Amino acid sequence: MTPRKKRMWFIVAGVALVAAAVGLVLYALKNNVSLYFTPTQVFNKEAPQGRSFRIGGLVEVGSVQREKDGLNTRFNITDTVQKMPVIYKGILPDLFKEGKGVVAQGKLEADNVFHAEEVLAKHDENYMPPEAADALKKAQSAKAAATQTSDSPSIERPVAK
Amino acid sequence: MAINWFKYSAPTNFYGLAGKLIPFFAWPAAVLFVIGLYIGFFVAPTDAVQSEAYRIIFLHVPTSILSMFIYLIMAGYAALGLIFNTRLSSMMAQALAPTGALFAFISLWTGALWGKPMWGAWWVWDARLTSELILLFLYLGFIALQASIEDPRRADRASALLAIVGSVNVPIIYFSVKWWNTLHQGSTIKFTGTSMHIAMQEAMFAMLVACWLYSIAVSLARVRSIILERERNTQWVNELKEVRS
Repeated sequence: MTPRKKRMWFIVAGVALVAAAVGLVLYALKNNVSLYFTPTQVFNKEAPQGRSFRIGGLVEVGSVQREKDGLNTRFNITDTVQKMPVIYKGILPDLFKEGKGVVAQGKLEADNVFHAEEVLAKHDENYMPPEAADALKKAQSAKAAATQTSDSPSIERPVAK
Repeated sequence: MAINWFKYSAPTNFYGLAGKLIPFFAWPAAVLFVIGLYIGFFVAPTDAVQSEAYRIIFLHVPTSILSMFIYLIMAGYAALGLIFNTRLSSMMAQALAPTGALFAFISLWTGALWGKPMWGAWWVWDARLTSELILLFLYLGFIALQASIEDPRRADRASALLAIVGSVNVPIIYFSVKWWNTLHQGSTIKFTGTSMHIAMQEAMFAMLVACWLYSIAVSLARVRSIILERERNTQWVNELKEVRS
């Protein structure tokens, strides 16, 4: 083998080994690398007990309640399987909305409510003008309505139509 | 017509060629920057969710893509230099590093400026942001290592190893939003297509090509300086018009 080829295989083997090592480390630290736990993970007790962690998911539609003092907000974070009630005192980011992504940092207290110290909004990777977004929403709700009426037997819903 | 490609792997010959090539990359880059910024600011529509603030994407995404791409090119040149002992490859790696570091920095900076109004935080230790920060540190480490060793050939070998090993980080950055839960959103530009409005795509594409051409032009200019610096004791350098005057 020429020294040139030897060096080449040395590099290829080196990179492969380093990649494998890094891959194993990251796999082992999977839970630590992830920024947040889902509500399901929290219910399965995978989240740290008694200390601060992050929980992420969607703000449950219809769950946001502002308390009378004007500072505290209560809402549920859901991953569509489980939901976690959250209370937060402070200013919410502009993109905080029902049905949208959210990541909250805080502690799960004894009252089984997640007391958040920080709430961050998570947005998706789709960018479109408002008109397109409206059209998309309309099409989706029309589709949802269509499936709903066809699924439910008409006898039970005499008032419909 | 047979072209002897190896002719230009000699710094002596590449010096002149690089000088002639620079305008062909620099001018289109300047024009595309203007076109990209114009479409980005005046033609592309407002976003439904983020309104005007999303427009930072036209700088954030191209610089992020190039910070990763340039790293791979740099590591490739470094590997070529290490395997074949070609001087020019190592010089190219050295010339690419500052541009890559600049793009990594702009990517992190614009990301912070974007994150504060949208997410509510300048910085989060999520996998995407952290791995991009490591990329910036790899670039800075490469530059520092190269600069700290007196003998350029030994500096090339040491920094080449760092560059090659560090290339493992690039796929981690790219797939981080897929592999782990992150605050950073998924990729808009995927191999299967994009999820954005057509005018936004045009602006992004123009900016991406502009940044790319800019990188080539700047790296060629920088490699010319590196060639002059390293070969300053040779006869051909001292006979150059621009050196004698």
